[in-house]
Amino acid sequence: MLKKDKKAEAVETKKLDKNVSYKAKIIRRFLRHKIGMFGAVVLITIYLSAIFGGFIAPYNMMEKNEDYTYAPPTKIHFVDQEGDFSLRPFVYKLEKDRDPVTFAVEYQINKEVKYPIQFLARGEEYQFLGFFETNLHLFGLEKGADSKVFLMGTDRFGRDLFSRTLLGGRVSLSVGLFGILLSFMIGIIMGGISGFYGGWIDNIIQRFIELLRSFPRIPIWLALSMILPPDWSSVKIYFGIVTVLSFIGWTGIARVVRGQFLSYRDKDFVDAAKALGASDFSIMFRHILPNIMSYLIVAATLSFPGMILAESAMSFLGLGIKEPMTSWGLLLKQAQQMSVLKSSPWILAPGIFIIVTVLAFNFVGDAMRDAIDPFAVD
Amino acid sequence: MMNYILRRFLYMIPLMILISILSFTVIKLQPGEFGSQYFGNPRVSPETIENLRARLGLDQPAYIQYLTWVKGIVTEGDFGYSFAYKRPVSELIWERLGWTVVVAGSTILFTWGLAIPIGIYSATHKYSIFDYVFTFIGFLGISVPNFFLALLLMYLVLSFGGTEVGGLFSQQYIGAPWSIAKFIDLLKHIWIPLIAIGTAGMAGVLRQMRGNLLDILGEQYVQTARAKGLNENVVIYKHAVRNAINPLISMFGMQLPKLISGTIISAIVLNLPTMGPFFYDALINQDQYLVMTFLMFSALMMLFGNLIADILLAVVDPRIRLD
Repeated sequence: MLKKDKKAEAVETKKLDKNVSYKAKIIRRFLRHKIGMFGAVVLITIYLSAIFGGFIAPYNMMEKNEDYTYAPPTKIHFVDQEGDFSLRPFVYKLEKDRDPVTFAVEYQINKEVKYPIQFLARGEEYQFLGFFETNLHLFGLEKGADSKVFLMGTDRFGRDLFSRTLLGGRVSLSVGLFGILLSFMIGIIMGGISGFYGGWIDNIIQRFIELLRSFPRIPIWLALSMILPPDWSSVKIYFGIVTVLSFIGWTGIARVVRGQFLSYRDKDFVDAAKALGASDFSIMFRHILPNIMSYLIVAATLSFPGMILAESAMSFLGLGIKEPMTSWGLLLKQAQQMSVLKSSPWILAPGIFIIVTVLAFNFVGDAMRDAIDPFAVD
Repeated sequence: MMNYILRRFLYMIPLMILISILSFTVIKLQPGEFGSQYFGNPRVSPETIENLRARLGLDQPAYIQYLTWVKGIVTEGDFGYSFAYKRPVSELIWERLGWTVVVAGSTILFTWGLAIPIGIYSATHKYSIFDYVFTFIGFLGISVPNFFLALLLMYLVLSFGGTEVGGLFSQQYIGAPWSIAKFIDLLKHIWIPLIAIGTAGMAGVLRQMRGNLLDILGEQYVQTARAKGLNENVVIYKHAVRNAINPLISMFGMQLPKLISGTIISAIVLNLPTMGPFFYDALINQDQYLVMTFLMFSALMMLFGNLIADILLAVVDPRIRLD
């Protein structure tokens, strides 16, 4: 609602350019940035599909199908063998065979039997947003169909890769979110203290940041993730990984915050607040911080890709998220075996989700950076 | 200048001490004891274990272990002992350094050799079709995880019937003396790591180069140069590019340390004989002295990279003075 109001406001005030507030200008500039808006739409789609993953995914992410290990992606058809077109898409029956000589598993499509795809089909039970149990899925085959629909193929245990990718997205996308939240909390406090008080406190914090930053990121992330005890549950490991990512991540934020605090702390409004008896805490976080929020939001957006890439890299090496949870990086882990990579290339599909997400964040971040530029010409 | 460099070196000493303490703490916090896998191995004789424990001070409290380790480094250049390889750590790192520098060096050549000309082209042909194409490649390059690119390239080569994936040499050339055939074999292998590792860096440099040059081309002195009737090539290469390239020099100093530590994952995927996979194995095997030394070494490389970047910048840009 609020967003809509601002949008309308931005359009209305187009002609009264000089009277537009800085905030409205920022929003307007962002809305005009085509690539940025495109990125924003993509991101919203990806996040929504992860949130409603249980509904969109036709199967449960854990369900193993021994009959369908490394099954290729199922082809969706509209036109059948007789050339008849049907608006309702359908799939042919997938049959498993063994090569008579090598005994390797082969999949054949039986074009005699076809199963229509049902929308809003009843399938397995799942928790809808954690509120209630339901078995309604966006699509699926009718009950009792002797085949399955795998949009992106299956993995070693015959688990549907599409369902796993959607649910793995929850981890990959939220690790970035929590990682940035934590980094920002530490970064704002440390950077704020450093910039506001200056002197020896500033010196110590700055030297500490320098120390942390002199470690290259990937090796120190990997070494830190080894600290997490192997017997931890996957939820604990998840938060462990978030902490590991923030361990280095906050230093960048702290530097930005410190620089800004340094330039603001001698401003008149700070003196005024001091004269009125505001506490240091309130001056730092209620008077100065709101001034630099736009910088921080841009910095946050631009640091998402790094977090997502780092999580996927760590999980890919087996030092990150662990089963039964999954993430895009962990899904790619099985591609490390060259024989699997050669015979079942569809297991690379989660990587495309990583690329698209990171690309979209970069688009949005760039657009935001352009939008908050105070010297930008409209 | 010499004074400045000397001061930077002196400043590195306390920093390195802190780095070594932090490395030691990170490793010490890991579950499991130093070398527990090695000591549990029944084929290792009890005397060897006794000797090693005494030498590394493993029965003493943590800070004594740390001091023993540091004392070894300072007095004898002894960085500790690798339990998995049963050899001193410094030898092992040294062996791996060669190929690491070869791969990193050729990647840097590839990256910068392509990115700078493309960046100049993009900036001078702003909003042309190729500019859009290169800008998109630039965006894509920074968004693709390099291990994913490595997997993709490997799949493409495999699906076209190729077999030269993984490693730097075919089986028959490993350990063989150098010959023309071996070198050709190397070239057949090295292009995959070059692209997989180099693309992200290339995209970064390209974007930076394009952005800088565009900024500079809008400056008034460029306009003046054109107004004087200078040849367009002179305007671009002598007046604009030379100024636009300055910010890239500080990036250049960090290339080697970044490549050594930033490519761990793709090097594992591609099975390269570089330090990355070596570090990963050491982590997994809890070969702690190796891990600590690697962490220290890569941090040291970062510090040197920073220093080199600052010096280079001062050398190239007369406006910058170091003192």
